[in-house]
Amino acid sequence: MSKFTRRKLIATGLAAGAGAAGLVVAAKLAAHYGLVPPDSGGIYGPGETLTYAAERILTRHSLAREFSPNQVSKDPFANEVAPLGDGFQRLQHGGFADWRLRVDGLVARPASFSLAELKNFPRRSHITMIQCEEGWSYIAEWTGVPLSHVLELVGAAPQARYVVYHSIQPDWWESIDMADALHPQTLLTLGMNGGELPVGFGGPLRMRVARQLGYKNVKYITQLTVADNLKQFGKGLGSASPEAGYAWFAGI
Amino acid sequence: MAATLRSRHSVLVRVTHWIMTLAFLALLVTGLEIVVSHPRFYWGETGNVNTPTLFKIPIPSSRSMVPTGYEVLPDQNGWSRYLHFQSAWVLVLVGLLYVGVGFFNGHFRRNLLPALSDMSPEQLASSIVQHLRFARPSPEEAWSYNVLQRLAYLVVIFIFFPMIIWTGLAMSPSFVSAVPAAVNVLGGQQSARTLHFFLTGLLVLFLLVHILMVIVSGFRSRVRAMITGRAAEPLERV
Repeated sequence: MSKFTRRKLIATGLAAGAGAAGLVVAAKLAAHYGLVPPDSGGIYGPGETLTYAAERILTRHSLAREFSPNQVSKDPFANEVAPLGDGFQRLQHGGFADWRLRVDGLVARPASFSLAELKNFPRRSHITMIQCEEGWSYIAEWTGVPLSHVLELVGAAPQARYVVYHSIQPDWWESIDMADALHPQTLLTLGMNGGELPVGFGGPLRMRVARQLGYKNVKYITQLTVADNLKQFGKGLGSASPEAGYAWFAGI
Repeated sequence: MAATLRSRHSVLVRVTHWIMTLAFLALLVTGLEIVVSHPRFYWGETGNVNTPTLFKIPIPSSRSMVPTGYEVLPDQNGWSRYLHFQSAWVLVLVGLLYVGVGFFNGHFRRNLLPALSDMSPEQLASSIVQHLRFARPSPEEAWSYNVLQRLAYLVVIFIFFPMIIWTGLAMSPSFVSAVPAAVNVLGGQQSARTLHFFLTGLLVLFLLVHILMVIVSGFRSRVRAMITGRAAEPLERV
């Protein structure tokens, strides 16, 4: 009996050791292949890492579902936003002629674009669904400049891993990895349903990340920063969302 | 005392049972919390406050833009969503371990697959009548599962849980970009959300009946059996 117990103990010890070693190797591999999200610390870190890693392996090149024109929502809902400040209202009075999109960070040619310049870039449209993490949704046709085109234009460095984007509204900023930044459906959105992008829906310029929830689709974009890590931004959790208690990866 | 006890549930069944219980309760609480932010349900692809509902739940909402006639509750979706998905991972991984080992070691065939003779209409009817009377099961039954119990467990393990995981994944814009059929065959993303909610209701119903049956058949001895793996010999119980 005691022999059996000892054998069992040794086997359990070996299994536990192998399990621990396996976890360490898995963590190292995940970090190497960019499968660890910036908010991987803390008690929800394991779940977040599993979710982000699984979705990245499964969806690196997949396209968000596109819909037919007759599926566009008749009554899209413009979510409420914090009051738009004086700066925004001044620009709005001027027809957004002075709106600028600054692009900096790990780029060969930092730049600043007006909306008129952005409108001259190649544009793409897609009819996709936007979903709020709360559960509601609508379908619209979004038109804009693929973010990948702007990144190519400014010469994003090969070591770039993330694109950080800021709203004109203070404390509203997000970031996405290069799989989403270079994704063909990720648009610097200028138009909606065939017209200008209304202010309520993020006009004049909204980041559209088609495979993630609404809160990654930040309105009133004024700045893009290309980066190789996210530690230097805010509290180092990747974006304003984790700082407010929400997951950085919003693909689910 | 020890001599009168014999093994009832395997270590695997006991450990996975309680881990799944914790994960399920965490999923239930956080899931209901997430519903509070938008207690309206739709059918089809899309739905929002500007569109008609399939039904709505008369509870407070965490957003003033979703008027339900009640006070507005503070938004708790941040940690709720984090904990919901972390618990879902625990449930899926532990569930896969349970199902995998259960097939391998014959747990399902031996303990959960009903005998054909028990599936006759007369046998089923008599078992249903016995349950409706809340009759305490015969001592031998403490060592096995009756036919209704077996069927209920099989439906929960092989239909309800796979369905609730599927409908949950069908709400993920990232997941369905890779597997669009997962949401298309359900009739749309809002349909998936509504089905996810209905399945929650079915699982909660199962949980309530399960607890009721444990109480009817002897709460302390049944819970002890699921914790220690041992139950008193039927003849020694008196």
